[in-house]
Amino acid sequence: MTAPLLSARDLEVSIGSVRVAAGLSFDLAAGERLAVLGRNGTGKTTLLATLAGLRPAEAGSVRLCGGSYEELGGRQAARLRGLLPQRHHDAFQSTVLETALTGRHPHLGRWQWEGGEDERIAREALAAVDLAGLGGREVHTLSGGERQRLAIAALLAQRPRLYLLDEPLAHLDLNHQVAVLELFSRLAREAGAGVVMVLHDINLALRHADRALLLFGEGRALEGPAPEVLGAESLSRLYGHPLRELRDGEARFIIPVDGAAAPAPPARR
Amino acid sequence: MPSRRRALLAILLLALAGLASIAVALAAGSLAASAADVLAALGGGEATMAAEVVRELRLPRALAAFACGGLLALAGALMQVLLRNPLADPYVLGISGGAAVGALSAMLAGLPLLLVNGGAFAGALAATLLVFGLARGDGSWTQTRLLLTGVIVAAGCGAVVALILSVAPDNRLRGMLFWLMGDLSHAITPWPALVLLALGLAVALPASRDLNLLARGELAARALGVPVPRLRPLIYLLAALATATAVTTTGAVGFVGLVVPHLVRLAIGNDQRVLLPAAVLAGGALLTLADTLARTIVAPQQLPVGVLTALIGVPAFLYLLARSPRGGGA
Repeated sequence: MTAPLLSARDLEVSIGSVRVAAGLSFDLAAGERLAVLGRNGTGKTTLLATLAGLRPAEAGSVRLCGGSYEELGGRQAARLRGLLPQRHHDAFQSTVLETALTGRHPHLGRWQWEGGEDERIAREALAAVDLAGLGGREVHTLSGGERQRLAIAALLAQRPRLYLLDEPLAHLDLNHQVAVLELFSRLAREAGAGVVMVLHDINLALRHADRALLLFGEGRALEGPAPEVLGAESLSRLYGHPLRELRDGEARFIIPVDGAAAPAPPARR
Repeated sequence: MPSRRRALLAILLLALAGLASIAVALAAGSLAASAADVLAALGGGEATMAAEVVRELRLPRALAAFACGGLLALAGALMQVLLRNPLADPYVLGISGGAAVGALSAMLAGLPLLLVNGGAFAGALAATLLVFGLARGDGSWTQTRLLLTGVIVAAGCGAVVALILSVAPDNRLRGMLFWLMGDLSHAITPWPALVLLALGLAVALPASRDLNLLARGELAARALGVPVPRLRPLIYLLAALATATAVTTTGAVGFVGLVVPHLVRLAIGNDQRVLLPAAVLAGGALLTLADTLARTIVAPQQLPVGVLTALIGVPAFLYLLARSPRGGGA
């Protein structure tokens, strides 16, 4: 039996006074998609950085394809897992193609320049997020949604096996939200990629995740198959707002109950 | 992505410009030196008076100017990447302020040139250590903390410099003002600057694709395998040493470190693999040319070289900015 793509054991994660995870353990196999849900400030981004090996856990271990991040080293890790950060910094001018090509970094030697093959991969990635033909545009001239899709293209050009996505749907219009989720679902199904994604849309998570991880704060977490974990009861507790479930044949929808806003528990800080 | 051929062409052209600037610096001056004199001086041929002047006076000064221009441009380019701020320059973390306090204190005390330079270097390093020590705070250096601390330390140094200037005797004031504006007549030897320039390129060039990613954000760079916690202190150290050496050799020459990286970026883009060597060559050529003008246009009077770098650089920069379709995003 091969090692899971990602394996967390007894993970303790906190940032400042916020306890993100306490004794969190789970495995993610190739081809699986895990949705991470939680309120603002519960540490979803911090957890993702820890899973990416970019932030030490207080305790416990994270293993990527069976190896720890120390064993793998930065370059090898970057060929196995990619991270879509929540924010993109463009302090300097750069074209869309140059930005997409950054994903090729871990595949290039120290003195090697991006070649024709790298450019082909980058252009393919741009086409996959509906940015074909914009390669020569300046990053500064892109809209928020286009910039987000460009970041996804750079991640695709990296060609990792595990995708860690921090709010991949931010700034995207509805059709691109669905297109991006279908893109990663296809990667999981056809290429055996693993996907961990922070989502805020319960109904998209229901359709595009195999498993779900709910972060309740104070280190409490619930992880399991998406159809079981993503229920009206647990999600009402998660968001502190009453939700109810609708059914349309096989499809389930979870929507907020109008006008019944329960007083939100005070935000911890 | 600039193709490698275009990059090599740009670097080749700038290398030629650098050589030309040194040639002009060797030939120009109150004592006219012919091409034959210059060649004789370089080849160790017959020792005419002109050849002697070229070898003993102009060559070290031209090399010092070139090396220091290169160092300032390199440090500026690196600081802009590290602070992810296109407005950063080599002096932004208070290095020139510290050097000025050191050098002017030594001048005030009437110490010899060697100790003035020593004072400048010590002051530059002290200011750097102070800024990094104070900005450390909760254990991590953020760009904002570093910038703010640098600005405040520089302001403090500025006050001390003003104090020294106001109590200095008149006969030393002129030397102090020249030091503050940058003045290559202090340059004793070009070698420390040349060695550090070679060393700096040897450290920065292999890491230049890493720096490309670092300019786009620390988290993204680390996710792509860039060893940021190891790379960043090394590059800060390199930029600080480059600046301290340049300031020690030439005084606080302004403008080169801020504008040369920008000029190059406007012309050939922000790929550090091309930008770093191109900025070094352009900075070297600019300072060599400026220094040659500074000691010739109103000869035998000498002008502070910092005035010339600005007078040459400002119109060139404005022209490129107006011409650039990319606008102010640089």
